[in-house]
Amino acid sequence: MRMTDLGWLGRLGIEALPLYSWVAVGGALVTVGAGAAVLLGLTISRQWGNFWSGWVTSLDHKRIGVMYIVLALIMLIRGFVDAIMIRLQQAIALNSEGYLPPEHFDQIFSSHGTIMIFFMAMPFMTGLINIIVPLQIGARDVAFPLLNSISFWLTASGAGLVLISLVIGRFSTAGWTGYPPYSGVEFTPGVGVDYWIWAVIISGVGTTMSGINFIVTILRKRAPGMKLMLMPMFVWTALCSSILMVFAFPALTVVTAMLSLDRTFGFHFFTNDAGGEAMNYMNLFWIWGHPEVYILILPAFGIFSEVVSTFSSKRLFGYPSLVYATAVIAILSFTVWLHHFFTMGAGANVNAVFGIATMVIGVPTGVKVFDWLFTMFRGRIRFETPILWTLSFMVLFVIGGMTGVLLAIPPVNFTTHNTTFLVAHFHNMIIPGVLFGYLAGYMYWFPKVFGFRLERKWGVWSFWLWTIGFMLAFLPLYWTGLRGMPRRMETYANAEWQPFLVLTFVGACLILCGIICLALQLWASVSKRSQLVDTTGDPWDARTLEWMTSSPPPVYNFAALPVVSERDAFHVAKQNGTHLKLEFDDSDIHLPRNSMIGVILGGASFCIGFGMIWYMWWLALLGLSATIAVIILRSFREDTEYSVSSQQIAFDVAERQGAQ
Amino acid sequence: MKSNSESKDTVVGFLLALVLTAVPFLAVLYKLGSREAITAVIAASAIVQILVHLRFFLGIRLRKSAPENLYPLLFAVVLLVIMVGGTLWVMANMSYRMGH
Amino acid sequence: MTTEVSREDNLPNEAEFGFWLYLMSDAILFGLIFATYVVMVNNTAGGPTGDDLFSLNNLTIQTVLLLTSTLTIALGHQAAVSKNAGSAIFWLVVTCVLGAGFLAFELRELNDMVAREAGPGRSGFLTSFFTLVGTHGLHVTAGLLWALTMIAQLAIKGPTPPVASRLLRLTLFWHFLDIVWIGVFSVIYLPGLMG
Repeated sequence: MRMTDLGWLGRLGIEALPLYSWVAVGGALVTVGAGAAVLLGLTISRQWGNFWSGWVTSLDHKRIGVMYIVLALIMLIRGFVDAIMIRLQQAIALNSEGYLPPEHFDQIFSSHGTIMIFFMAMPFMTGLINIIVPLQIGARDVAFPLLNSISFWLTASGAGLVLISLVIGRFSTAGWTGYPPYSGVEFTPGVGVDYWIWAVIISGVGTTMSGINFIVTILRKRAPGMKLMLMPMFVWTALCSSILMVFAFPALTVVTAMLSLDRTFGFHFFTNDAGGEAMNYMNLFWIWGHPEVYILILPAFGIFSEVVSTFSSKRLFGYPSLVYATAVIAILSFTVWLHHFFTMGAGANVNAVFGIATMVIGVPTGVKVFDWLFTMFRGRIRFETPILWTLSFMVLFVIGGMTGVLLAIPPVNFTTHNTTFLVAHFHNMIIPGVLFGYLAGYMYWFPKVFGFRLERKWGVWSFWLWTIGFMLAFLPLYWTGLRGMPRRMETYANAEWQPFLVLTFVGACLILCGIICLALQLWASVSKRSQLVDTTGDPWDARTLEWMTSSPPPVYNFAALPVVSERDAFHVAKQNGTHLKLEFDDSDIHLPRNSMIGVILGGASFCIGFGMIWYMWWLALLGLSATIAVIILRSFREDTEYSVSSQQIAFDVAERQGAQ
Repeated sequence: MKSNSESKDTVVGFLLALVLTAVPFLAVLYKLGSREAITAVIAASAIVQILVHLRFFLGIRLRKSAPENLYPLLFAVVLLVIMVGGTLWVMANMSYRMGH
Repeated sequence: MTTEVSREDNLPNEAEFGFWLYLMSDAILFGLIFATYVVMVNNTAGGPTGDDLFSLNNLTIQTVLLLTSTLTIALGHQAAVSKNAGSAIFWLVVTCVLGAGFLAFELRELNDMVAREAGPGRSGFLTSFFTLVGTHGLHVTAGLLWALTMIAQLAIKGPTPPVASRLLRLTLFWHFLDIVWIGVFSVIYLPGLMG
């Protein structure tokens, strides 16, 4: 099929509907139904106006942050459905086909990984940074509010491509890493890998821009007096993570764009013939891939630091060592990428260098664990939900770290490569390390964003179900991995593995209950919000600046900017019974006006992606032209801000004080 | 901002860049020396010319530039060494072991 | 510490810092494509090599055009800083002409190669060559569009602080592309021409 012979629909036709398996039809119907339900709900409750001006076009960092987290939670559910389907298949597929055809099973594990990394963990993290970092540094917004909105809508557009692949066409079967030559057009000619490529590229561009935005925000917009070594730990980790985003994501853009050139235009980067170098793909992919792990986990470390210190009612132990450990991890994360492909055939010298570098990176991580332990030591620990997640993290993460050091030894790695031992290891890092961190952050900062706490009971249930569910779901996989079970098996013939796989399915079911408890917690808290309301702005007796302003904060965050002279300055002032010094200023506050540029560019990039995937060249060109035109036109506008007068602010403050 | 010294910088930079471009081009055109020698000339001229551009066009000074400009640049250089050097090392090693 | 920093003073600085970070990110992007080129340069799959395809004349013309444009855009920016909109527009127009000339020669060269059955689909070497040169060319194209926009803004708004800041960022971008071009002729063309 020559590309130029296609009609205006490209290669899109009726066969794109997912009629190949009843499970896929069900998934498509649920996706379409959920989308329709949201649209219908907005229409019936006449919320379109609010939705448009309050959320879609808003440039308020707190609202953009909330949209990121809502996106992350939706994608968490979608990604989890994939996960439990994998576990069910493996629990029953001993010497049988199970209930999923092989091609569909491959799509499911590919979309599971892609969604959980790019569209669950990344937006969850970006959302938390967005909401909290400006508040913690005493700023009124991020440095580039419009860029922030564009980043969000690019991420949403990538997520949209993944979701729509369930309805129109198919998703990749090449795993979340998309290794060639299998992911090349010769072996997977359909649209699946193209969906993966464009979802990843578009959201990756958004992430790079987020990284730039956060770096400039943190380095340029801190409250008066807040020197670098006075910044809260979460801000430090957000800074290091953002630096990694800016410097690591180009590798992902390059490698996925090259794969796309191979597939769409017959280039030979990674093909078997005509001088392609498939192994360079693994090399480039993991140059991004390993820093990505730390992009995800460093902010989680920051959240754990805040939570441990707040709920132990103690100053964070070894703050400078935590800062240096974070910075060292950030740099070392660029020097270990080859440990993802020890078995590819490099010589002993190469493998030894990267193996040793990998073990070295465990050292600063160990320093952090000791710092958290010493922070809790002799503290008065209040067992609220955020610290429960933290405790669970500290136990489970150390186990995962140990298996990581094992995997860093090349000979051990050769025996466990591509087995479920590896699957167990990285889930052991990412679920307790990353996800528990974000969930702790979600429960910790929820009252700041919405003005009422999440109630405790369902949160505790969720914590136990997630923790025990995780252990049941993944610790057995270490064993099956050691017994030689490869990852991504659609069917298998070794009866020895099955009991363990049934156990992991039970674990997945417990995690499902944990997710349901999260939903119940949200529901119960919204219903009882009058009892859970936070009038003080500081419900946890916490230490950092975000707790100084009201919950929820006014759109301008702080009526007067605080003047900081030491670490935990807000807490010290509370201890002394005084208030932080404020910098009063009679001038008006300038805030960004709403803008629909973000959502337009998101839509345009969706068109580019969709057009490239289906060979609808006119659509891709249309999206590209729209993008260029919108950017140029926007650059002519001057009136992008509005002012809040000092009288209005004084009125707001008086009203809040009256309400207390 | 003193635009006089700035435009002087620009012109000096341009002239230096012209010379540093001409040297490797002429070396290749007239095959002045062995292959290795010419390669060394090309590499040296390129590195010096990049430094000239950074100094005279982008205004980077080790002692005077704002840390916001200098540190990201140095970090990028370190990462380029790690990533490009690492890629060449790893891929060359692989190629050697495959008997190419 | 002065508290009376107005937003007008602050905004361009933040934007310039952010843009500088973008350039660093872009430098990594180019660095990885360069690395890929070096990895694949000998994978000619029996097809033509650099020595068969490259022309020193063409390269010299392209290099002189781009190098001169990096001088003219700097002069344009300096004119805008000294509030001389007319002179700034003049230098930007010259820059655009030089940049367009550069692109014309590049397109001609790439077209010739495709016509000689030496397109990007021919071999791993040509794949990485077209990608590296093409990525640079796309950046120059974006820079041209940006320069045209700046000409319009200078004409309509004059050299206001936001316009001057935007022009400064364009100038940085253009200088950056010239640095990448030094890499292109030193890594691709000159070694290729040595045979």
